[in-house]
Formats: sequence, structure tokens, C-alpha cells
Amino acid sequence: MPDAIVTSGLTKNFGTTRALDGVDLRIRKGSVYGLLGPNGAGKTTTIRILSTLLRPDSGTATVLGYDVVHRAATVREKVSLTGQYASVDEDLTGTENLILIGRLLGLTWRDARRRSTELLEAFGLADAAGRQVMTYSGGMRRRIDIAASLVAIPEILFLDEPTTGLDPRSRNQVWELVRRIAGEGTTVLLTTQYLDEADRLAERLAVVDHGKVIAEGTSRELKASIGASAMHVRLASADQRPQALEVIERILGDGLMPVTEPAELTARLQNSAQAAEVLAALTRSNIEVAEFSVGNPSLDEVFLALTGRTSEHPVAEEASA
Amino acid sequence: MTTVDVLPSGERTHQLLSMRARSRPASALSSVTTLAWRAMLKIKHVPFQLFDVTVMPIMFTLLFTYIFGGALAGTPRQYIQYLLPGVLVQTVIFITVYTGMGINTDIQKGLFDRFRSLPMWQPSPLLGALAGDLFRYSVASTLILVMGFILGFRPQGGAVGVLLAVALVLVFAFALSWLWIIVGMLVRTPESVMTTSFIFLMPLTFASNIFVELSTMPGWLQAVVGRNPVTYLANASRSLMHGKPAGTDVMWVLIASAVIVLVASPIAIRMYRKER
Repeated sequence: MPDAIVTSGLTKNFGTTRALDGVDLRIRKGSVYGLLGPNGAGKTTTIRILSTLLRPDSGTATVLGYDVVHRAATVREKVSLTGQYASVDEDLTGTENLILIGRLLGLTWRDARRRSTELLEAFGLADAAGRQVMTYSGGMRRRIDIAASLVAIPEILFLDEPTTGLDPRSRNQVWELVRRIAGEGTTVLLTTQYLDEADRLAERLAVVDHGKVIAEGTSRELKASIGASAMHVRLASADQRPQALEVIERILGDGLMPVTEPAELTARLQNSAQAAEVLAALTRSNIEVAEFSVGNPSLDEVFLALTGRTSEHPVAEEASA
Repeated sequence: MTTVDVLPSGERTHQLLSMRARSRPASALSSVTTLAWRAMLKIKHVPFQLFDVTVMPIMFTLLFTYIFGGALAGTPRQYIQYLLPGVLVQTVIFITVYTGMGINTDIQKGLFDRFRSLPMWQPSPLLGALAGDLFRYSVASTLILVMGFILGFRPQGGAVGVLLAVALVLVFAFALSWLWIIVGMLVRTPESVMTTSFIFLMPLTFASNIFVELSTMPGWLQAVVGRNPVTYLANASRSLMHGKPAGTDVMWVLIASAVIVLVASPIAIRMYRKER
């Protein structure tokens, strides 16, 4: 299967900030690929270069074999971009926005109108079709924005943080959409801060940090490298933390991870039996546990495992919640 | 867990989302027309946009006619014969700033990212916006003229003269708008577009013969004001409306407009295509 996207040594500076520091990617056609990383890692910059909005300072990128700098016009005919902020006209209605894009893509008025009705119905926006987008909820905005990218089905769809700021229900809807779109053969490249999201959607993912790809593979491969799951403990009292640390260290060895909350502990688990063991040991030692949970490793934990430091990313907890 | 009530299942989704050959991208003309249509829709949905365009000319015409009229020309009715063609120039020139503000808003909202990633003739959004603005300028011009007629403005050049004058003002406004497009792409917020532009617009319009005859000013100022393109435009507008020879003034206004467009539009288009 030929490659949809190939980049080699992409770099990009904004003033003195090095946004990309040599990004190499190879993305297969017809797959969902995730770029995972904290804010400022270079995810958006990569997508903007691939969708011809930015030129790289050095390195090359091809989309479906076309160079994004020298064949930008051809690339634009084959891709759609849904940026991080709803890039539709808030003053216009849902219908008008989609007709606008349809017309700009060369559809006749009649075809543009038909396509707009079709998409709005399918995306559950038929009732809101005649309303200005500024009255839409966050989830509806995301959907109209993605719909705008599908007026003509692209060969490659770029989604920049498609679910950031959405409630769980809307997030599920977007995930389902992405799966369906990919199921019909469009290659999807999405960026996300949530390991959970990358895990559910992407066949392969690249972990990006400081403008570099620091790990690449299927989500199973990545997880294998960082431990199957993570355990979070919140103690009733921060005073008992030293004792709790001792108990956990005895059972897990070196799996502990740094946390900022004085009453909390996070540790990597090799298997789920260890969790039960820890909980029992804590109870035996009369350490009162307020909260105990086992979940996917969060982005922070992935970063810790890969780089030995946290991502310094404030939203990371959300992903594991 | 992913039972989602949004998408219909099966064949319909397949139809909806399956790839098919894209149509040929829109021609330059059709994309500009489409984006002008968008500008019209915005006016329809946010009529408040027309508020400035309607209130400012009415206010200017009334205020200047009655405040300055008696002092400058004996009676307001006499003064408005001189003033109105100039107020038309000033008001439309002020309104050109909205072009830059609109472009700036579109950039901030991320809308230009989408436009720039579409396979269309790249400058279309700029020209589409300008087309919408020309409509606004026309609305403002009409209002000023109506207001003028009510207050006793009687153009000697007749309908043809008035229309030619309006057309000339629109040409100059179109040219000037390119400058504010550049400003709109340079600064961060729509408010700064307004502030920056008015630093230039205030002297440009007031240091002209819109309100008083050139001969009433001190010599050094005459030298400056006499070279202001707005003075030529105001002269041309007056002469055309009152049926006097206007050839030289018209020519200079057209030359000035052409120079602005030739210099500013390539810069604006280049900046638009360039990354941000």
C-alpha cells in the first residue's frame, strides 16, 4: 500500500522558538494516524505544513506523493483541514456555510445545496440548519466544522484536536464519525492530547515532544513499553503518605511516579493483580484510602516513561479520569 | 459503548462519506462571486454592520451643514451645495476601514485557514470581501445623497453628474481598502485596525478641501492640502455633481487609485498567501 504522507527532517522556527526539530513521519494510506503530545509539542505546526498553510524551514513533506511546497495547489485538491478553532463563519447559518464551501469547491448552487442538506441531516444538525452558527453548542460547532471538511470527501482529512473542549457525549459522536470516515477509505491524521483518544481511534501513533517524534508505533506497542496500566491512590490524609510509599515500593519496586498532590500516589503496574495486592497491603497497614483507581496510563505517564519527565501538561489528568 | 445517534447507519453513510471524484475547483470569477455572496449574507444576518454606514453619513451631513454652514457660506443651504460632495468623500473613506477589520476578524476566527486550504484562486477571499464592501459604500453614498436632497442640495450636473461622482468615490475607496487589508493582516485585533487606520485617515480627510476652500488656508498648508489626493477627489466630486469641468481632477484621482492598487494589492496578496 502506498504512503499517504511522508515527511523527512521537517523543521520550523517561529522567531527564536523551534517548533519543529526534524519530524519524520510515514503514514499509510487509508489509516487513522494520531499525533500525540502536549500543547506546544509541534502537532499543529506539522498539520499546518501538511495542509499547505505553512512552509517548512527545511526538510520535505509529500502528501500522496505531491510535495507540499512545490505542488501546494494539487495537495489542496486532495486534503481537508479542520483546525483547532471552528473555522466556519459564525454569522452565517449551517446551511449557508456548507453551501459556501461547496461553491468554492466548484459545485453548482443546486449541488452545493443538496450536499449541504445531506450532510446537515446526517450530522444531526437538520434542526439547526437555518440558525447562525454562533448559536450552536460546542459539539454542534465541531460537527459543522467537520461537515465543512467533508463537502467534498478528501483523500486525506486533517483533524486538529477534534475533541478538545467537548463533553463526553459529543466526543463519542466525533469518534464515531472519524471511524466512519476512515472506514470509507479517507486517511485521517488527527492530533490529540489524550492518550485515550489516540488509543481508541488511531491504528498507529507518533508521540511528539519539543518538535520531535520521540516514539512511534501502534498503541499496543507504545503501551507495552510503558506498562499495561497505572494505579492512582488518594489518601485520606497526606500525613500517611510516607508509610503508603513504603508499602507500595515494597510490592511494585520502582514503578512510582512523581505527583504534585501531597495526598496522592501514582504507580505503573505490570499486571492488575498487583493493584489488589497494594490495596490489601494498605488496608493491613491501617492506611486510609479515599480513592483507588486503575486505568490507562495518562499522557503524563507515557511521557514519563518515554522521557523521564512529565509533560508539564495541565489537562493530562482528564485523560485518565 | 459507542451507540451514537448522529449518523444514519449502513448504505446512507456509505453514500455520504465515500470518496468520489471531486468536481473541478471553482473558477476565479465564481469563487469571488461566492465570497461576495457571503459578504451580503453577513450584512443580512448582522444588519448592525450597516449601522455605522447609515448613521455616520446622516450625522456628518446634518452636523456639518448646520454647525459650519452659517459661518462658512452665509446659510446652511448655500453651504451644503459645497459640502455635500465632500461629505460623501469623507464618509466613504472612513468606511473603508471596515474592510481591514473584516479581514482581521476572519483571520482571528480561523476562517482564512480554511479558505487557504481550499483549492481555489487564492486571492478570492480578499476580492470577495472588497465586493461586499463596495455594496456598503454604495448604501452609504445613497443615504448621503438622499439626506442632502432633503436639506436642499441641488446638483447642477444632474443625475449623470451625481452618478459619475459616486462612481469615482467608489474607485478611490476600492483602492484605499487595499491599504487597510494590509493593516488588517499586520495587527492583532480588529480594534487596532481601526486605531491604526484612523491615524492616517484623520489627516488625510481633514487636511483637504472637503470643508473649506483651499484659498482660506495659510500658504504652507495650501501646499500640503493641494497635494492631498482627497482634495482632488473632493474637487472632482463637486465639479461632477455641479456640472463643471472636472477632467484634471478626475485624472489625478484615477492615477492615485491606480498607483495605490498597483503597489498595495500585490503586497496584500503576498501577505495573504504567506504563513501566519
